[in-house]
Amino acid sequence: MARRMIGAEMFFETLIDQGVDIIFGLPGGYVLKVYDVMPKYKHAIKHVLARHEQAATHMADGYARASGRAGVVLCTSGPAATNTVTGIATAHMDSSPVVVFTGQVPTPYLGSDAFQEADHIGITRPCTKHNCLVRRTRDLPRAIKEAFYIALTGRPGPVLVDMPKDVLIGEDEFEIPKEINIRGYKPVTKGHPLQIKRAVDMILSSKRPVIFGGGGLIWSEATPELIEFAHRLQIPVALTLMGLGAYPADDPYFLSMLGMHGSYKANMAVHESDLIIAIGARFDDRATGGNFSKFAPNARIIHIDIDPSSIDKNIRVHCPIVGDAKQVLRQILELIPSDFKVDRREWFGKIEEWERQHPLVCKQSDKKIMTSFLIDMLWRLTKGDAIIVTDVGQHQMWVAQFYKFKRPRTHITSGGLGTMGFGFPAAMGAKFARPDELVICVSGDGSFQMNMQELATAVENNMDLKVIVINNEHHGMVRQWQTMFFNRNYSASHFDVMPDFVKLAEAFGAKGLRATHPDELESTLKEGLFSEGVVLMEIVVDYEEMVYPMIAPGGAMNEMILEPADVA
Amino acid sequence: MRHTISILVDNEPGVLARIAGLFSARGFNIESLCVAETLDPTMSRITLVTSGDDWIIEQIIKRFNNMINVIKVQDLTEFTRVEREMVLVRVEATPETRAEILRTADIFRAKVVDVGPKTYMLELTGDQDKIDAFLEILKPLGIREIARTGTVALARELQNSNKRR
Repeated sequence: MARRMIGAEMFFETLIDQGVDIIFGLPGGYVLKVYDVMPKYKHAIKHVLARHEQAATHMADGYARASGRAGVVLCTSGPAATNTVTGIATAHMDSSPVVVFTGQVPTPYLGSDAFQEADHIGITRPCTKHNCLVRRTRDLPRAIKEAFYIALTGRPGPVLVDMPKDVLIGEDEFEIPKEINIRGYKPVTKGHPLQIKRAVDMILSSKRPVIFGGGGLIWSEATPELIEFAHRLQIPVALTLMGLGAYPADDPYFLSMLGMHGSYKANMAVHESDLIIAIGARFDDRATGGNFSKFAPNARIIHIDIDPSSIDKNIRVHCPIVGDAKQVLRQILELIPSDFKVDRREWFGKIEEWERQHPLVCKQSDKKIMTSFLIDMLWRLTKGDAIIVTDVGQHQMWVAQFYKFKRPRTHITSGGLGTMGFGFPAAMGAKFARPDELVICVSGDGSFQMNMQELATAVENNMDLKVIVINNEHHGMVRQWQTMFFNRNYSASHFDVMPDFVKLAEAFGAKGLRATHPDELESTLKEGLFSEGVVLMEIVVDYEEMVYPMIAPGGAMNEMILEPADVA
Repeated sequence: MRHTISILVDNEPGVLARIAGLFSARGFNIESLCVAETLDPTMSRITLVTSGDDWIIEQIIKRFNNMINVIKVQDLTEFTRVEREMVLVRVEATPETRAEILRTADIFRAKVVDVGPKTYMLELTGDQDKIDAFLEILKPLGIREIARTGTVALARELQNSNKRR
């Protein structure tokens, strides 16, 4: 006979059944029963008390991206739930499996404008993969199990489960369904054999192929297959921002990042190619320049993606393959003749020529610290082995350009939504997921100030976490756009007041360090990176440095704005 | 081009909002919408009419298919099909116009479903063109109000292979 228990207990029992061992949350009115029974489950599930629900959601997101498992959020209704929305939308854009549990007013009060009531389902409908309101206690285990199944399968994404108070305090028989069978949800993972055959023909006859890899490679853990594919067929690999880490940056076939701030050779290779093999990428405007009519004029396109709605959304493709990247690559590799040989010297010669013309080089100065130089140094000091979690803006692009990621799940960033404030809490989530790795948050002064309250959470949990706050006293990317496209009208991009970040860190019980001169940079980074605990390193940098190359919005991929020679 | 899309969904609260939200988020309009339970009470059939080029419709159908609560989607425009809608019309009925109203109803095979001292209520079923034509004829006689159901549709069993794209 099934055990009887209350909804709040079912919540924990089902989470444990799903293999959850950590949740990020904040208590409040309608979930108090969950928090009331929580101590009973302390042995199995750790609760991280965030200081803001948005940050809790980013933590769960960072946890998910670093581990491949679902990140779990627990919070109450109304303002708590609306606070999670930015985090949910961030996870949704970057296909991250975050499961959010919200408390809700008791079912008889639904829709009555009760205290702390909000329509969580209505508010999060457009930014979740799925959401549901649980109306009966006995339905809770199924709803939770389905939420994890939906979040983690197919194209991953956030799921919200809304739990009214009476459902949580009510008692019923506890039974977790053995199998999940959702009649409207059957993700396709295997590529259609005819399409695979067509793709192979296109690949074998191509002269100038290029791989356009995205975040889907990381979610499907396709790195070994991708390396084999690139090597056997001798195809250069360019990655989107979300794809970084999916292919080792020290491999000779790697072209670096493509897109708005991609490398010259990556963008030129995509533009001049005769075949683009897009894998787990969705042709976002930041990856293509946004001018879809001028995109790769001579290329035919193979598009491998698990989400059918990503295909033909922005760019018409010639050979769509719906399926899981890892599996489809295997299917393709099976059909490549074992004696396949090709001479791509001409194509690689062109790529080398582009690299010679406009390599990605960090800037140096003996007066001011250049952020690109800082990132380059960070890469050298950590040997490319750290997990780097960034915020959004110039520093994010310099990390993408100059930190040479070797492994998947070591580069974590808010790509699609571009959420400032994501970096620091996401880095905490990543550290909880991978406690043995060196996790470094690289943030800007603007971004860090959006979630800096979480220093308290980091210290409270005795975390070993490094934070680099790049202080240029500006919203740097805003300033760059104002310089380039708004006649240097620097409206509201400068901060007149800036906290003393060292004192700020100390106020929370963390260690604070500062470097303002290039001479201090290396020693400060070494001291910060290799000492224990939560360390905030404030690096004061040149505010005039700009990110190049750049495709102006709406430009084609070969129309890059390059660094003006006199500045360099 | 006008498209008639048939969607089989879970019969649950909020599913219609998901379908409608997809249109509003992209700034597309729904021309008509019919929803009712199927023989299986856990499912509803939504018949939706919208306009857009083939690329937009393809995107919409893919998005529908992505929804967890959507079980099956068909663009019926690709099939030979039967489309019907129903209208209830309240039309002014004076001693001079009564006979003409009844004659018109007879021609269109409409039924009189309510008779009052000043108005008749007529019920008509047919495809969109027929309903439009009927209303056009009645207009000069003085239509007080109408309620139209919007289109419901099903594919025919025998498909004309020429018709299907």
